[in-house]
This record gives sequence, C-alpha cells and structure tokens, in this order.
Amino acid sequence: MAKVVMEKLNKHFGEVKAVRDFDLEIPDKEFVVLVGPSGCGKTTTLRMVAGLEDITSGNIYIDDKIVNQLPPKDRDIAMVFQNYALYPHMTVYQNMAFGLTLRKFPKAEIKQRVKEAAEILNIGELLERKPKALSGGQRQRVAVGRAIVRKPKVFLFDEPLSNLDAKLRVQMRVELKKLHDRLQTTIIYVTHDQVEAMTMGDCIVVMKDGLKQQVGAPLELYFRPANKFVAGFIGSPAMNFMEGELLSEQGGLFLQTMGFKLKIPADKAAKLKSYPEKRVIFGIRPEDLPEAPASIPNETIEVMVEVLEPLGSEVYLDVKVGETSLIARAEPTTKAKPHFKLYLQPVLENVRFFSIRDERALL
Amino acid sequence: MSEKFIERMIKFYLPLFIFLFFLLFPFYWMFITAFKSDAELYNLKLNPFFIHEPTFKNILMLFKATLFNRWMFNTFFVAILATILSLSASLLAAYAIQRVRFRGSGPIGISIFFGYLVPPTILFIPLATIIFQLKIWDSLWSLVLIYPTFLIPFCTWLLMGYFKSIPKEMEECAMIDGASRLRVFWQIVVPLALPGILSAGIFAFTLSWNEYLYALTFISTTTLKTAPVGLITELVRGDVYHWGPLMTGALLASVPVALVYSFFVEHYVAGMTGALKE
Repeated sequence: MAKVVMEKLNKHFGEVKAVRDFDLEIPDKEFVVLVGPSGCGKTTTLRMVAGLEDITSGNIYIDDKIVNQLPPKDRDIAMVFQNYALYPHMTVYQNMAFGLTLRKFPKAEIKQRVKEAAEILNIGELLERKPKALSGGQRQRVAVGRAIVRKPKVFLFDEPLSNLDAKLRVQMRVELKKLHDRLQTTIIYVTHDQVEAMTMGDCIVVMKDGLKQQVGAPLELYFRPANKFVAGFIGSPAMNFMEGELLSEQGGLFLQTMGFKLKIPADKAAKLKSYPEKRVIFGIRPEDLPEAPASIPNETIEVMVEVLEPLGSEVYLDVKVGETSLIARAEPTTKAKPHFKLYLQPVLENVRFFSIRDERALL
Repeated sequence: MSEKFIERMIKFYLPLFIFLFFLLFPFYWMFITAFKSDAELYNLKLNPFFIHEPTFKNILMLFKATLFNRWMFNTFFVAILATILSLSASLLAAYAIQRVRFRGSGPIGISIFFGYLVPPTILFIPLATIIFQLKIWDSLWSLVLIYPTFLIPFCTWLLMGYFKSIPKEMEECAMIDGASRLRVFWQIVVPLALPGILSAGIFAFTLSWNEYLYALTFISTTTLKTAPVGLITELVRGDVYHWGPLMTGALLASVPVALVYSFFVEHYVAGMTGALKE
C-alpha cells in the first residue's frame, strides 16, 4: 500500500532524452496506466521506478521516501515483464518462492503464500512444472503469481499482455482488473495499447517523446483530450482530423472546409470567437458522424463511400471528402455501398478544435 | 525407389559418406597399424588395409618401453587444471563484459580477442622468458599457466555470446526479487548458461589435451612430457619411426577426448547454437 510520486523526472541516454520533466502523483491503491507509442519513454519511466534504470535528474518517492539511490530489492516493489522472465531452470513453485526464499521467510509461510497466490490465479496444478511446459497464458499467470506472493507496496507491469493472443488478452485484462480489486495495491501498468489503457486504468497517463501529454480518467481523456495527439491516440478507430476555417457570418460562427460549411453550436461559438487565428484543426470521432437521410444545408457533408467494414454490432465506413479520408460509424442496417454517395451529419456538440500552431485543444 | 529417395541419396548421404570416410580413415589406419607386426607393416605384398596376423606387441611395447602412462597422467593433469582455471576466469570476465557494462567494457572485450589472434609460434618466445623468470621451466605448472593464455580469450568469447542469449529481464526480475548481483550470477545466470559453460569446458579441455607447441618447448624432462609430445619425441628416433607403438599411442590418446565429447554431445550442440529454451 503506497503512494508513488515522481518529481521532475529526467532520463537521458547520451543525447537522447527518453523522459523529460515527468511529474506524476499516484495515490495509494490506484491503477495507473502509462500509455503511448513505442519510444515515448513509458517503459523507461517504469524502469526508473523499479530501480533498474538510473535517474538523470529528479526524484521518485515511494510512501514519501526518496528511493532514487535504493537498489531494486529494497524498494518493496514487484514487476511483471513482457516476456514473463520466468526462471526456466526452476519449477513454477520455485519461481514463485524465489523472492520469499531470498528474503528468508519461514518455509511454512512461503508454502502458504504460494498456495494462496496459486489459488487466486488458478495455477494450483502447475506448481511442479517447469516454465517450458506451460502455455503463454499460464506463464503469464505464474509471472503475476511471482509478483503477488511478495505482497509488495507497488506492482509494476511492463506490457504484460502483449505476448498473448487476442482472446487471452481480453480475458487476462479482466482478471488483472479483478486482481487489483482484490489486492488493493498500487499498480503502475505500461502498455502501448490504448484499449488496454482505457479498460484497465483508474487513471491514464498519455506520453509522447518523453513528455507527459495528459493525465486523467479514461473517459475524460476520450471526451476532453488536451491536444491532438491524445485525441488521436485514444479511441479506436481514431478520431478524424481536418483543417478548416472559422467564419463569422449571419450572426453565427461557421466551420468552412473542403467544400462544406457547418454551423457551430452557439455555446462553442462563444468560446471559439476569442481565438485569434482563423484556421484550426478540428477532430470528430467516427461515432459522431451518423448518416443523414438527405442533404441539410450547413449541417451535413457529402461523402463518397470507399470501403465497408462490418463488425456485426456496427459498420465502419471508410469515406472520402475531396482528398481527405474519414471513418464513420454506421448502424448494421446501413444501406451504404462502396462507390456511392452518402450524407453524414456531424454531431457538432462533440467536435473538438485544436490550434494549428501547437495542436493544443481550444475548448 | 522413388525419385525423392535417389535425390536424397545423391544430395545428402553420398557427400556425408565421403566426408565420414575422409574423417575416419586415419582412425582406421591407426587402429590396424596398432595390431600389426613390423614384418607385416613393411611387407608391400600384403593388402595394407587389413590385419593379417594380429599382435599385441605394440601395446606391450608402448606401456613397457615408454612412459605412456605417465604422459597420459600429465596430459590429464594439465588439461583439467588449465580448463578449470580458464573457465573460472572466463565466466567472470564474460559476464562482466556482457552484462555489467562498465566503462570500457567493449574495448576490453575486443582486446581480449586480439590476444587470441597472436599465433603461439610467435608468442612462445616471450612466454618462455616469463616462464624462466617464474622459475617454472620444465614443470607441468608452466603449461597449466600458459594454456589459459589462449583458452581464456576463446572461452570468454564463447560465453559472452551465450550470456547474450539469456534475457536480461530474468536477471532484473531476480534483482527485484531480492537477489544481489553475485547471487543473480550463481543462481540464475550460471545454471542457465550451463550448456555454454560445458561447451567452453569441452573446448578448453580438448585444446589443452591436443596442445603441442608449448608442451614441446617448455618441457624437456621425459617424465614430465604430455602424451602428444612424448609419443613423437620418444617413438620417433632420428629417422626411425616405431609405427606400431606410435599409432597405438595416438589411438589411446584420442580416447579420452572422444569420451568427453560423446558424454556431453547434447549440451555441447545446445551450447554452440546458443539455444536457450524457456
């Protein structure tokens, strides 16, 4: 049970600045997910918390105690690695007991704890096996089991599900979340998969190029992204982006782009009016592009359907407006066909606007 | 007889048999010569590829007239000690260079390799001076000390490659679990590198066992010679070759190496391919 604080954390590898001025406060018992594309510094941050990577500058506190110089073994943390890192020459039991044995726990307690963890993770029958006799999912469980027997203050997960197949990944996702509910321990979880981040985290930290982009609850990030990167990274399929011009006419504010003109709702217009530049990037999610029965002036856009992606519960339409490709979500009952025209009616209340200069959100 | 079978014969088995024949014929020759009398050996009218009147005279002569037993013991003594010495040094060196990544670990790794590239035919001259000054000239200890000069670079490089194949996360995980660097080395790295260590050991043993030049130059007392040197120096007198005992000795001297290989062949192959099965 611990709170973890990172303060102005920096990590340089020679000229490369892997993590820059990273600040984060993780409350006790929270499930925090660090997410971002590869090379964004998320794993480096996690490894600094673990003590596997030296800190260039800044501080890390676990339970209000600076741990910068503390070796990994004295930080009271446990880590689950992407490739599981099970010791191949030891049985599952020995793997799970290794940390406790090193810490000189009495034999009976080790046995008790391993048994407990094995029960939670449903690996009771595997204890005498060697890792190579296990499937990917079982290895994953053993790796998690090895972490939980120690009852550490903080769990660190480094892309633990990326080596599993899609179905197993969904299953383990739920199990890890249940495990967190049960153990009530602080978890820092690194992934590049935004779906994993959204479904698992209490709080998500989006990173890019070593910089923290936004911190927030999953839906907050989804509905109120701080910049274009977060908007595009969170959500699948990704948000559609276009450039457009803000025009004030007839007492209203309009968005003019690629041959169509949309009226911006009054409340948004009021806030956007103060923005000095006329050109903006606007983003609209696929579900905010429903089909319209017919053309309505200043409310619909005319598109050309290119590809249909039926998923059963919904259909994604890959459409084109001029040279720009968009993805729209349609009902499974849609009549849309490739190479036919279609009208979409953007839900303008949900459109996000971003500055062209620095891509920050304007609203 | 399908076409596939014939193709397999020509492409696979035929070259294999030619190679095997080429490789094993010397052993066959040693074997038959060991059981031939001199009279038979020098009789050109007889078919040289078969034994006509087998005799044990050569074996008796080898053990009675020469110090073959002693030479074998010497070779064992030197090979085993040199192997242990080299392996222990190489294990630590390879691990440090590959994993501790201290400043200058790269150049040190390369310079160790350069040491290996200098041929013994040049190196034995300066080494002789060192051996003299250490006052171990004409002693088995000189060989125990000299052999690691080529064994350590060799084993270090072999082990470095092997350590590289052990996922770093395993060590990191052990460190988080509470192990010190030394414990990680003993409890995680060494057990996992065992196939690599074994192959390095076999190589070191074989190289020391077969070594000729240093053994010839640094040892002159007959009782201290190793088998390869002893056989050549004592059984070739001027231009007189005692072929029978010589071949018997060569055959018997290759037995220990063959045994070592056959015992560890599986580990040895795994070690060479660096295959670490998780």
